[in-house]
Amino acid sequence: MVNLNVNIGALKLKNPVTTASGTYAYGEEFSDFMDISKLGGIFVKGLTLHNREGNAYPRMAETASGMLNSVGLQNKGIDHFIAHIFPAIKNSGTQIIANVNGSTIEDYIAVSEKLNELRGMEAIELNISCPNVKEGGMAFGINPKSAREATEAVRKVYKKTLIVKLSPNVTHIDEMAKIVEDAGADAVSLVNTFLGMAIDAEARKPILSTITGGLSGPCIKPIALRMIWQVYNAIKVPVVGMGGIMNAKDAIEFILAGSSAIQVGTANFVDPAISVRIIEGIEEYCDRYGVKDVNDLTGSLKI
Amino acid sequence: MKLVRDFKVAGYKWLNESNFIIELQSAEDLPPIHPGNFAEIQVPGNPNVFLRRPFSIYDCDLTYNTLSFYVKIIGEGTATLGKLKQGDTVNLIFPLGNKFDTETEGPVLIIGGGSGIAPFLLLGKELKEKGIPMTFLVGGRTSGDVHLTDVFGQYGDILITTEDGSQGTKGMVTHHPVIQEESFPFKKIFTCGPDPMMKAIAEIAKQKSVECEASLENTMACGFGACLCCVVETTTGNRCVCTDGPVFNIKELAW
Repeated sequence: MVNLNVNIGALKLKNPVTTASGTYAYGEEFSDFMDISKLGGIFVKGLTLHNREGNAYPRMAETASGMLNSVGLQNKGIDHFIAHIFPAIKNSGTQIIANVNGSTIEDYIAVSEKLNELRGMEAIELNISCPNVKEGGMAFGINPKSAREATEAVRKVYKKTLIVKLSPNVTHIDEMAKIVEDAGADAVSLVNTFLGMAIDAEARKPILSTITGGLSGPCIKPIALRMIWQVYNAIKVPVVGMGGIMNAKDAIEFILAGSSAIQVGTANFVDPAISVRIIEGIEEYCDRYGVKDVNDLTGSLKI
Repeated sequence: MKLVRDFKVAGYKWLNESNFIIELQSAEDLPPIHPGNFAEIQVPGNPNVFLRRPFSIYDCDLTYNTLSFYVKIIGEGTATLGKLKQGDTVNLIFPLGNKFDTETEGPVLIIGGGSGIAPFLLLGKELKEKGIPMTFLVGGRTSGDVHLTDVFGQYGDILITTEDGSQGTKGMVTHHPVIQEESFPFKKIFTCGPDPMMKAIAEIAKQKSVECEASLENTMACGFGACLCCVVETTTGNRCVCTDGPVFNIKELAW
């Protein structure tokens, strides 16, 4: 028997496979396709203090081996989530982790305070890296000073496991990781999407209503792996890795590069049951190589 | 219950060089399929086609476990779907979306623009079963866009418009006498096609105080409510075409 249990700070996951915020809705949407209780965790769709309608259509452009999105954090706000969505999913047999967004530090604090009181949720992912909002979001995560301030402010009010989601749209992601670690993060998750753009040459127009959007999918995987390796070697807290994972082999690569847990994102759109097969694939890999504990694989890249 | 399942290509019916019907067969029984439902088809064998493609279910045969899709070639995904061989495996997520509401006294007018007729065969079958008379108004830029009138003719009267006048009445569907004339015997309109056409029809339906449902098409990443990419503005905010639609009563839409 392989041990698949992993800890991210005080957060206990039954296995290292989770689903990425914005790609798995609130989990229930996938219950026709798979047993969601098998997951290590679900990072639910990004939450904000108030209702957000998100950006105008078109919000998506397919690209070579990937896609751009500019959804813009459409959600009904934290109070609606706590009152109506969380009660329906909190007993789904897996860890539910909120993804916290804000236009200002005060927004981040207000949402985190509410989640600190929420029984049954043991961790939040502080999203300082959303590229699709006009104010806040990625602006916090690409500036060392504001990344530190946002993390410190939330750390003061949030007592459970705090995971900070990093933007890859920076020159030195390892330095950003160190900054949020020093500011009190229990873990970091990376990478969020890369800022990109798609153009319709016939119409001579951008495809997305917002002109730019976030690039995800297997096209970003090599850059994501490189960043996870850099961050893993720069900090002591656990890394939750993501960026174009399509199958168990990809997930293993992310673990070898330094991830304690991984998030399956865009792949959920193409194959809604893939995350459960990734769990099986990781277990099979461990069996094949006589690995007794999946934690032993983290960062075990032979150099 | 939404399913992810492999199908085999059972055959093609080519309507012209860029329009075809592909029939896919499942080894297992199919769940109930309703008029308006769609499927997300994974296009095999083309690495440039990363995401699935949404298509209205054109026809289904529960005896042979087949689903058929009307496809117009517009890009690499649809072109690749047209080049498969009999027996090739194609993966589907289905059935997705809501359905047309056929609770009406009738008669009804069904307006399709080009490949927008795709969801109307199943609708026609259901209406015929209920004994509701229907008239199809089919529009295209040219006669090469107007297909399957023989099939639809088995369910109701067929009216045709083409913008170049090569078939039927010259002009857009909204120019057809059946819409322009003072007397309008229809109790409900169903429409599917390009957005500008459906918006014009929605306006006419409002003027005539007739119920109207439109089946919308949007770019989707998933098709089952996870990505929030395929939104349409409604009177209650942005809603997903894949799960809240694709069929909307026009009263719900912020058109």
